[in-house]
Amino acid sequence: MTRPSPTPARRAPARLGWLVPAVTVGGLLPVAVLVSDALSGALGANPIQRATLQTGLLTLALLVLSLACTPLRLLTGWTWPARIRKTLGLLGFGYAALHFLIYLLDHGLDLTLITEDVLKRPFITAGFTALLLLVPLALTSTPRAVRRLGFARWTRLHQLAYVAVSLGALHYYWGVKKDHTPPLIYAAVIAALFLIRFLIRFPKRGHDRSGTRGAGRAAKS
Amino acid sequence: MTDPRTPEDQTQPTDPQTPDGQRRILTPGSDLNPRREFLRSAAMFTGTVAALGGGLEVLTRRPGLSGAEAQAADPFSRADRPPGPYDTTEKVTPYQQATTYNNFYEFGTDKSDPARLAGSLKTRPWTVRIDGEVRKAQTIDIDTLQSWFPLEDRIYRMRCVEGWSMVMPWLGFPLAALIRRLEPTGKAKYVQFTALLDTKQFPGQKQQVLRWPYVEGLRLDEALHPLSFMAVGLHGRTLPGQNGAPLRLVVPWKYGFKNIKSVVRITLTEKQPQTTWALAAPQEYGFYANVNPAVPHPRWSQATERRIGELGRRKTLPFNGYADEVAALYRGMDLRKNF
Repeated sequence: MTRPSPTPARRAPARLGWLVPAVTVGGLLPVAVLVSDALSGALGANPIQRATLQTGLLTLALLVLSLACTPLRLLTGWTWPARIRKTLGLLGFGYAALHFLIYLLDHGLDLTLITEDVLKRPFITAGFTALLLLVPLALTSTPRAVRRLGFARWTRLHQLAYVAVSLGALHYYWGVKKDHTPPLIYAAVIAALFLIRFLIRFPKRGHDRSGTRGAGRAAKS
Repeated sequence: MTDPRTPEDQTQPTDPQTPDGQRRILTPGSDLNPRREFLRSAAMFTGTVAALGGGLEVLTRRPGLSGAEAQAADPFSRADRPPGPYDTTEKVTPYQQATTYNNFYEFGTDKSDPARLAGSLKTRPWTVRIDGEVRKAQTIDIDTLQSWFPLEDRIYRMRCVEGWSMVMPWLGFPLAALIRRLEPTGKAKYVQFTALLDTKQFPGQKQQVLRWPYVEGLRLDEALHPLSFMAVGLHGRTLPGQNGAPLRLVVPWKYGFKNIKSVVRITLTEKQPQTTWALAAPQEYGFYANVNPAVPHPRWSQATERRIGELGRRKTLPFNGYADEVAALYRGMDLRKNF
């Protein structure tokens, strides 16, 4: 950009033009590694299980990153997290869909078996519900959908992301045989993000909300 | 939701990084030439791709083992020996897979931990303490114990409670032969097995994922069944550490976790032993743990399994396909309650 004195807000888009493509490519990189692992035999003796686990973990990680964007923006005042929130969310949804597709193929598309799993195994029920909740969010991720729904309703709808990611973490917790530390770490991060959002949204009475330090206590005067 | 305030707003008037005062706006790159702007964007792009992609890989990738052993030919060949009465004719799981995909929490909870860390396990010298309701209580060296019996091959199916299975060519001796030699007293009703407790050799025991040492058990009639087996070898070789060297139990009609590894003590008891997984999660793992497609694990189905090396899943068989041999042991028992 060589314009003499653009305002910062207008200048920002061009300077960060690389950001969304970079997040997209970086977010899809694990697919390439997964395919290469599968072809080279690096997925080990039970490749389907490894691929299922990894796509599930990628879903959780990307959804958590997506949910971290707004708290990060509010706490730091940075604007770039807002630009990649949608991309991270859609990548998470893509991995969730891939995770489910692998599960379907693994069960030979046997609908009797799959229906029984979804209805009777809380572990599968939680994961399946999380995926279903992500579908409307993915479908309304365009600016047009925001306009059509109105910002307030769109925001309320997208709060479902918290429900979905929590169910995802529960699905992970229930799916693990014994070592519950990794799923509990995800649950703790999700809880922390939720808490930050809550404190920013409902600060202490009389608190000036324009402050970017959101924890409420900062501006007690 | 968008906050119009940016860091630039707050820092625009003066730029602390340029004391000469010529550049007044903190927008590195904006007033540089397009080529440098492009290079800067390219560098940021690459850095972000590497950071996000690399970060996700670190968080989620769990590569299996596929090292030099992958190329090693299977040491065991079916053609070398006549088939035994209890052998399955199914395709044997290759040595590489049978020795790199293991549940052995004493080394760690990942399936590749045992193969990576089994080097720390010293299987000689090794003694097995035999006590409880037996007339021949003793502590015996593993080599002496092995010399008591002619070694046999047994090609058994192995079904893990997690929903995968293998076909394992074991080498060892029938458990019944050992127990008879020990002369159980009239009070003996159960056999309890205890694995080694040693955090130096078993680094996974530093974590209290399970209550250590690992303990398993069988009813005496189960232990005396001709299918029950003590393995000291696999694929015609000495048992590798990750598969439970130097001595492990193999009860092919039960879920894999019953097959306790690296046994140091065998106790005949009057009361039913408190077994490790049944203590860890009593609603999920019972004492019997017979393979049963009709009784789901509370969290997942047991109707199907993946045979390691195959992509699809196959139906799980009652008693892991050994119903003809062992179903009579459980006549009159409710197997939904005694899971």
